[in-house]
Amino acid sequence: MKYLLLKHYRGGPDAVAPQPPMDEWTPEDVDAHVQYMRDFAARLVETGEFVDERALRPEGTFVRHDGEGRPPVTDGPFAETKDLIAGWMLIDVESWERAVELAGQLSAAPGAGGAPTREWLEVRPLFSEQLLGTE
Amino acid sequence: MNEGLLRELVPTVIGILVRRGADFASAEDAVQEALIRALATWPDDPPRDPKAWLVAAAWHKFLDAVRAETSRRGREVAVDAEPPPGPAPSTDDTLRLYFLCAHPTLPPASAVALTLRAVGGLTTRQIAAAHLVPEATMAQRISRAKRRIAGQPLDQPGDLPTVLRVLYLVFNEGYGGDVDLAAEAIRLTRQLVTLTDEPEVAGLLALMLLHHARRESRTGPGGRLVPLGSQDRSLWDTGLIAEGVAILQAALARDRLGEYQAQAAIAALHADAARASETDWVQIVEWYDELLPLTGDSPVVRLNRAVAVGEADGPQAGLAALDGVDPSLPRYAAVTAYLYERAGELSRAAGLYADAARAATSVPERDHLTREAARVRQQLRGS
Repeated sequence: MKYLLLKHYRGGPDAVAPQPPMDEWTPEDVDAHVQYMRDFAARLVETGEFVDERALRPEGTFVRHDGEGRPPVTDGPFAETKDLIAGWMLIDVESWERAVELAGQLSAAPGAGGAPTREWLEVRPLFSEQLLGTE
Repeated sequence: MNEGLLRELVPTVIGILVRRGADFASAEDAVQEALIRALATWPDDPPRDPKAWLVAAAWHKFLDAVRAETSRRGREVAVDAEPPPGPAPSTDDTLRLYFLCAHPTLPPASAVALTLRAVGGLTTRQIAAAHLVPEATMAQRISRAKRRIAGQPLDQPGDLPTVLRVLYLVFNEGYGGDVDLAAEAIRLTRQLVTLTDEPEVAGLLALMLLHHARRESRTGPGGRLVPLGSQDRSLWDTGLIAEGVAILQAALARDRLGEYQAQAAIAALHADAARASETDWVQIVEWYDELLPLTGDSPVVRLNRAVAVGEADGPQAGLAALDGVDPSLPRYAAVTAYLYERAGELSRAAGLYADAARAATSVPERDHLTREAARVRQQLRGS
């Protein structure tokens, strides 16, 4: 079963351990955080549960169709109050419980001062690609 | 089986099929199919004459495709099973493939893909993996590119600057999947040097070799990006540097300077310094002054020149050299941050490094710039 672990720049429940911006951490804390993320992904490759991960740049916009022959309408950049996704990791695991367990581990990445960031991550199941049992 | 040898045969065999009367698109498809079969069967059953095997297999694939097409259209098979002898293939065939695959009408991503397949002899699967797109998408990109250049004469001189741009693009794509694209770009540029007599081709090869020589030192523990000034120079590949410098010197001696030769000259001056502090920045600025008009006053070159000016004449001069450069350029904030840090304006530098991290276009670059901001802020707290 595939699950998407979503990291947000903002949005979601209130942070339990609010972090200063990363450029205000010590360089060692920045390194430890980056290394933790890399090790986490490498471990999931080892266990055969890693599918893909990508990070999203913070800029962007909303776009919609505005009628035949007219250019699309844009609304953005994203308002400060809006939810903003920072990146995702796609995993393929045995169960929902395992997906939650892994998201919990990812949220334990060290933050400023070395303590876990305890940031909220969103876990979303993907629809299955299999059609078994639908007939 | 030597996969490298097999891949080197690909452009030659495409040339042979075209000389026997196949159109480029069909010939290229047929050779790709023969290549995939060779990769599957040669390890257990290596042919005595690899080239003859590949020509025969590709010609049969081509005939199969023609028969399928004619029967689909309900017409007679028009092609003989025995290939007409045709004129002997020449090295010019391969050169023409470079021009065709990097045709100026093709979007860069398509030219890259087509060059890697028809000239580089990579499979669609390898090219797709290297670019993180599905194989079917890459197959379509290549088919559309071939349709776009259908009807282009194969015997016209092509546009060499476009070919060089495409090869440099491939080089900068670095690693992807199981293919080392930087090494592949070097191989293709080496081959192009033997097919042409243009100092700029040699200049590009020298530039690639000099950059490639530093590859080991460019990333630190955990994949961290290490900037030129902090690299462990004992990791630099002195053999590649010596080769790059020799190729560059021979090219420069011909007195037809171009942008790749000028860029290679700058890379050579960096390679020449045993320690970062021994870098000859004055000469590097002179080369940037040569490079600027060759690139039509490129803003990116102007930005890099400002860094060199900052090293040669001090950070204030570097900041002054940024005058008139578009601040929305990628890396503009990073360059100003560096110059302000050198000027001792740490608080301003930290803010600019943080801005630069937000504007970064890759994750390693973002992480590096975040760390730079953190480092300067730590210095500020300590002082």
